[in-house]
Amino acid sequence: MEKYTGKSVLKGIAIGRIYWYQKQDYQVIKTEVEDKEAEKRRFSRAVETAQAQLSSLYDETLARAGEDHAMIFDIHKMMLEDDDYLDAVNEVLEEGFNAEYAVETAQNQFAELFASMDDEYMKARAVDIKDISRRVIRILAGVPEDGILTDEPVIVAADDLTPSETVKMDKNKILAFVTARGSSNSHTAILARSMNLPALVNTGMKAGEELNGKIGVVDGFSGEFLVEPEQDLLDEMIHRKNQWVADLEALEQLKGKDNVTSDGRRVDLFANIGKVEDTDGALNADAGGIGLFRSEFLYLGRESFPTEEEQFLSYKAVLEKMGNKKVVIRTLDIGADKKVDYFGLEQEENPALGYRAIRICLDRPEIFITQLRAIFRASAYGRAAVMFPMIVSVNEVRRIKEIVEQVKKELSAEGYSVGKVELGIMVETPAAALISDELAKEVDFFSIGTNDLTQYTLAVDRQNQKLESTCDTHHPAVLKLIEMTVANAHRAGIWAGICGELAADTDLTETFLAMGVDELSVSASSVLKVRKAVRDI
Amino acid sequence: MKEFQFIIRDPVGIHARPAGLLVKQAAEFQSSITINGNGKSADAKKLIKLMSLGIKQGMEITCQVEGEDEETACEAMKNFFNENL
Repeated sequence: MEKYTGKSVLKGIAIGRIYWYQKQDYQVIKTEVEDKEAEKRRFSRAVETAQAQLSSLYDETLARAGEDHAMIFDIHKMMLEDDDYLDAVNEVLEEGFNAEYAVETAQNQFAELFASMDDEYMKARAVDIKDISRRVIRILAGVPEDGILTDEPVIVAADDLTPSETVKMDKNKILAFVTARGSSNSHTAILARSMNLPALVNTGMKAGEELNGKIGVVDGFSGEFLVEPEQDLLDEMIHRKNQWVADLEALEQLKGKDNVTSDGRRVDLFANIGKVEDTDGALNADAGGIGLFRSEFLYLGRESFPTEEEQFLSYKAVLEKMGNKKVVIRTLDIGADKKVDYFGLEQEENPALGYRAIRICLDRPEIFITQLRAIFRASAYGRAAVMFPMIVSVNEVRRIKEIVEQVKKELSAEGYSVGKVELGIMVETPAAALISDELAKEVDFFSIGTNDLTQYTLAVDRQNQKLESTCDTHHPAVLKLIEMTVANAHRAGIWAGICGELAADTDLTETFLAMGVDELSVSASSVLKVRKAVRDI
Repeated sequence: MKEFQFIIRDPVGIHARPAGLLVKQAAEFQSSITINGNGKSADAKKLIKLMSLGIKQGMEITCQVEGEDEETACEAMKNFFNENL
């Protein structure tokens, strides 16, 4: 058996024969031509043919996968019309070389331009340049287009696949894609996702035609590609695949169903999101709302603070998509362990216990006020709630509420309409849990962040792999703090949810329901799994 | 000459799709349209150059429009950025 590990694009398991996709790579030979003008005309005709091919690819993809995916061929057409690209080709033609060589020269020049950019998405665009150039070279040289020839559905393995190669393949004949190179940003990955096929990219396999006809297993969960596995392993994978298909179908059936136990207890099941685009996934998973919208993404990976307008548009987009469903936005949770140079944070010995989250916001109110203004302005477009991380004292909450009141007053004075926004806090420090009776009088809800609560209660750094066994997430101390927090919330007449990883731990679902937890917020992919656990009680 | 500034909100920045639409929009006008950002500049009618600016979310671009139809072109480009980026 051979085994390769790559990056999985889509979770799933495929088992079947492997089809090695060999590109009919045409070796370009550099020659001098006698008639430069004739060669230029030959190039122009090849470009026209390529444009016609791309138009029909666009139409085919439009019909099969929709406008979003077809657009790439429109982009390819435009690249082939690009003056800079054509100039680069013509420059070589002008020197008296053959058109194939001229196109390859331009290809290398522009592919290099994209490959050298410090942006994964743009790096992947080098493939687009190669795709259009190869198309023209093939036409010039009279080499036929590639395709797959098979009667039964196969696992397509290749060195790398261009978008046009991927889309040309008949979906009914493909079980999965495996490529030696490629990134999860490549169009192959994007198209595989849209076709809902398991795919592994960047497996680094140095295989070739010898794979043809062999039995392969693509495991999109572990990222493994097995070639000719032993019978025992193959049987196990077949079993896992059947199990996965059955589970998937069973969970699909739960969409639209209530989160209710057999004895009638209910719980809200919300999703955690980190980006605006995650909202579709949450809706698709039938989440009842967003229980944790991490606002950090707005601040990470950039050079300066996001403006109020920028933040407003992001929050508004999520609120509008969620309609009348609740969206709990957590204010900035950043500290020295996250790389945001423009905050100018000093290196700390112990960032988990350091200058972070609400501590920064209260110390530098201008940052906090910009975010609050954006959230409250967006609140006019849906059911917004806001919560504050890393709370340890009642005093902090009172100061936050003063700032919130000031922001609301200013916004009203400026003529903005502001919706009714529930104010809550994250209970993620033992201190907050222990004084939750006092804190409950100040806010509208609690959301228990179990990741930090566990780390602080057990004094265990959760990034330290050596401590994994010590980091017992079911530790009675943590569970007691959760129980206490929920009880104090209910005594004060407010609701309490859990938004940490523990919320998705189905071994604890029954425990949480017994404690009276009102809401569990989990990753979109866990929503139906937890719903099943609730309904099984 | 007319110009305006805009902060990119699209999470992927000026990626292939909006770049393609932008070129189509710019091509409708006679004016020369230049996008400056990320320390580089590109003719808005040239797709590859435009993509190679590597404009990401949060970056500020300046769009300069110069020519006979600069008034309408500038307005159209503003709308384009607001709607697509």
